[in-house]
Amino acid sequence: MQLAPAELLLSLVFAPLLAAIAAVMLGARAGRLLAVMVCLVLAIQLLFLGQRFSADGPFDLALAGIAPPLGIRLALDGLNLLLLWLVTLVYLGTSLHAWASIGAGARGTAFWPPWLLMLSALNGLLLSGDLFTMYIGLEIASLSGISLIALDRKADALRAAMRYLLLAMLGSLVYLLGVAVVYAITGALDFALAGSRLPGGAVTIAALLLMTGGLLLKSAIFPLHGWLPPAHGSAPPPESAVLSALLVKVSLYMLYRIWFWMEVPVAGLVSAGQLLAAMGAGALVYGSIAALRQQQLKYLVAYSTVAQLGYLMLVFALPGAWQGTIYHLLAHGLAKAAMFLAAGNMIWALGSDRLDRLPGLDRHIPASVFAFALAAVSLMGLPPSGGFTAKWLMLTAAWAAQAWVWVLLLLTGSLLTAAYLFRVFALTFAPRSPRRRAQPVRRPHPLMELSALALAMLAIGMGFSGTPLLDVLALPPQLLPGAAPGLPAPLHLTPGAP
Amino acid sequence: MTASLTLYMLAASVLAGLGIYGVLIAGHLLRKLLALNLLGMAVLLMLITLGARGTGAPDPVTQAMVITGIIISISATSLALALLLALQRVTDETHLDAEPLPPVGEDGDAAGSR
Amino acid sequence: MSSPLWQALPLYIVLTSLVTAALIFLAGEQRQKLRIVLNMGGALLKLGLIGILLVAVRSGESFVWRLNLMPGIDLVLKTDGLSLLFSTLSAVLWLLTTVYAIGYLERSPNRARFFGFFSLCVASTMGIAAAGNLFTFFIFYEMLTLATWPLVVHRGTSDARAGGRSYLRYTLPGSGVLLAGMIWLYQLTGQQDFIAGGEVADIVLGNENSLRMIFLLLLIGFGVKAALFPLHGWLPRAMVAPAPVSALLHAVAVVKAGAFGIVRLVYDVFGVELVQVLGMDLMLAVAASITIIYGSLLALRQTNLKRRLAYSTVSQVAYIALGAAVAGPLATIGGLVHLVHQGLMKITLFFCAGNYAEALGIKRIDQLDGVGRAMPWTSAAFTIGALGMIGLPPIAGFISKWFLGTGALAAGMPWVVGVLVASTLLNAGYFLPLLRRIWFSAPPPAWPGGEALSRGARLALVVPAVLTALSALGVGIFAGLAASPLGWVQFIVGNEYQ
Repeated sequence: MQLAPAELLLSLVFAPLLAAIAAVMLGARAGRLLAVMVCLVLAIQLLFLGQRFSADGPFDLALAGIAPPLGIRLALDGLNLLLLWLVTLVYLGTSLHAWASIGAGARGTAFWPPWLLMLSALNGLLLSGDLFTMYIGLEIASLSGISLIALDRKADALRAAMRYLLLAMLGSLVYLLGVAVVYAITGALDFALAGSRLPGGAVTIAALLLMTGGLLLKSAIFPLHGWLPPAHGSAPPPESAVLSALLVKVSLYMLYRIWFWMEVPVAGLVSAGQLLAAMGAGALVYGSIAALRQQQLKYLVAYSTVAQLGYLMLVFALPGAWQGTIYHLLAHGLAKAAMFLAAGNMIWALGSDRLDRLPGLDRHIPASVFAFALAAVSLMGLPPSGGFTAKWLMLTAAWAAQAWVWVLLLLTGSLLTAAYLFRVFALTFAPRSPRRRAQPVRRPHPLMELSALALAMLAIGMGFSGTPLLDVLALPPQLLPGAAPGLPAPLHLTPGAP
Repeated sequence: MTASLTLYMLAASVLAGLGIYGVLIAGHLLRKLLALNLLGMAVLLMLITLGARGTGAPDPVTQAMVITGIIISISATSLALALLLALQRVTDETHLDAEPLPPVGEDGDAAGSR
Repeated sequence: MSSPLWQALPLYIVLTSLVTAALIFLAGEQRQKLRIVLNMGGALLKLGLIGILLVAVRSGESFVWRLNLMPGIDLVLKTDGLSLLFSTLSAVLWLLTTVYAIGYLERSPNRARFFGFFSLCVASTMGIAAAGNLFTFFIFYEMLTLATWPLVVHRGTSDARAGGRSYLRYTLPGSGVLLAGMIWLYQLTGQQDFIAGGEVADIVLGNENSLRMIFLLLLIGFGVKAALFPLHGWLPRAMVAPAPVSALLHAVAVVKAGAFGIVRLVYDVFGVELVQVLGMDLMLAVAASITIIYGSLLALRQTNLKRRLAYSTVSQVAYIALGAAVAGPLATIGGLVHLVHQGLMKITLFFCAGNYAEALGIKRIDQLDGVGRAMPWTSAAFTIGALGMIGLPPIAGFISKWFLGTGALAAGMPWVVGVLVASTLLNAGYFLPLLRRIWFSAPPPAWPGGEALSRGARLALVVPAVLTALSALGVGIFAGLAASPLGWVQFIVGNEYQ
């Protein structure tokens, strides 16, 4: 197979898109087969791309041969290569789970086409090199995601989906407004091009503010997180997994691209970055405490996402934490997907998602409880796991920059995480009350258990693969000419500056 | 920028303001949705206006962006309408009552008695 | 014979338990025979591997196995005198404890879970023993925390869960402190392996205060598990765990891991001389002395047998820290050899306490009257253990106290001898009344109750206790042999004080 990498880039977007269309026409049975096949094909393509990438360096492609600003440019660098891998692996795991838990019946008919459409949109977003294409990707991904939350037409899920949709529309319009302003003053949409032409001053600040605000809303960064727990808590498990692992992450990815690749010439970015980081700190504390108070398993996991997203904001105040942040993004993606799948299995087995129903469950579905535990190890940042490696990298960066507040937050954050996750285990180990003992436990399909376990193992495995992954991340970022390898250009954000 | 363009921009700003106000204040979901559409149209109007500021032919990029924007707006609206219908059918509600913060000025008891 | 596969011998020893754990989880609850085979097979295989290792090391070979985890951070497993001392002790005691646990848990539920985590616990202990740098040590130290928690809450009662909560409340913040200390140390020195004499010697100038703080942070991190006053609160509360767990916790796993950490910290991270230069030796000696006296005083006040033994552990483990604090080869020998001696004696005592509770329902001290006649073998073992703890020659405990005392005199810390004498009196104060009740009081008309055990189970409970008691006697009597723990420790100490 001698495909040019450029065509592979295209097929990352179009293969799932075609599969989505085929799923509409051929029905659910074909849809779920296509979903799994597409994930496997994507994995093979990424392997191939990764090889060419490390040999030839990054590459990009102007769609239909039309160069920006009119045309659309797809580009690959270390950062989005890693995220594409995350998308593919999480999608593979969750698709296998959905194979059994959603199936090929009536639910499947409504499930598989938007499911594949979302995959296509996520890939498109990650590959695109300009502000507007990212917007399209984000919109399609959000809309397909939202339609899946309401899959079962339950009142809670419908309300959650409605609220999410309204806020998502608001968020994207605000973002689009910002993009319009950028285009108005620069005549370009490409990060690098637009960034280099931005004049600074009030209009630039307004554009940055609008884009950032819209994306923060879509990423559910505290205090704009209100829509997330009901949406992630009431969706079907594979959908919750993808929402938490991928959808909130890609809007943060956009934020990173805007902040670190556009080289916005605005004074005061440092304090704005501090503000964003402070929001992250708030998310960490608030989300953890809220998770502690939940009585429903999936809501607990959803609030945990609110909390863990806080870590991803640290980099705005501390560019040295870039490696740790991206590592956390990847590890959290895998671990949280595994945790949502495992929680879904636990709820499936019990027929209820109330925490007080958990006692004795580990005897019935040990594999799922074990997957939950492994995912928890990574989320708590205990070694060896991807979560720990991320925490170590972030701590090292915070320590080197003498950002003591963050050192303290990183250390206590793990304790808070442990507090709410160990609560789940303590309940699982409690003896069942006699009244409950008679209740039947439904065994999940092996595929549902294995997919959760596999994703959790990957999260643990990330604890052993730090060097190769960080090497990929360090590959020269093509999207930003002239930046230091491996780090976004922290030109305006000096490490540790007050 | 000519006077008519300024007028368009002004109109777009007013529409955007109205839209944001509506989203935040309206209770009925259909109203919220209409307000969001208003906001969407404001953004697109702004883009179209930007495309016409040069002296020559209109900028094709903004045209392309606006067409895409309209399509996205239509899909989002139709999804929202479908959700709204389903919500109304299942729960007989057309409001999202369980807002974290009950809107000021409305019947406070309704929120309190739940 | 220095192929990479052969060099990885320390890894195999860790993996033996890890694989055993995985297989036990997989085998499930019902297959009891298979579980026994797995348990015993794993324990014997590990013992065999350690035997090979001992022979190879004695013939001058050394083993190092490295795995890169992230840039600048390696997982290192290697062998030195200390690691062999600790892993031999753990492997031997694990075998006996496994036998004991099989008998003890003959009819209780959730045995697969119990033995699975039990094996994980041992795998972590082996990892701690073989860890070649601080980072590796930390990884296994955390694994140990995680693996022990399910054992502490095993019974699932509200008491057990409260014990588990308090265990986590101490150990998790403890690891946070440890992590902070490590990050700080790594900022100063980068990654370094454990070496005799310390790894930080060349960066002392100008960093004295940082190093003092780091020492303190690391000491607190290890001190939590070693139950140094005032960080000992979790230990008595963890007594709700089943007896084999208590035995393991106190003799080899958790408490010893903390003590072993302190030993590594003093000898192989900082080096004895540097600890003295920094003035930390006196601080550690005082902390250890307070713990010795305080633990003994509290032990006197307990009416519950297992709690009295728990406080006795608090006191006895501090001997190891004391040995590390007092400079000079003699005290070092005393401390290190106590690592082994205390393990043998304390595991005997806990085995016996478990036997009393299982066979006759005896849990409180006032129920011990006349039990010597009912359970002569167990009581004889208990007596040897108790007399050894007091320090009666020729039982093992005497050797430790002798070397500690003479070492303190040689190092110019005569007050330490006072501490030892006081502690011995207190030891006698809380053990001799037990012996009097066991042997010289009239038995009650009826025992509090207990379980009718099968012959096999009774044998499985008594034989390990008798064996460990005999070993405690043996290592005292044959202390002069080169193969005895004392001989081995003298060899280790010879390297440290070259």
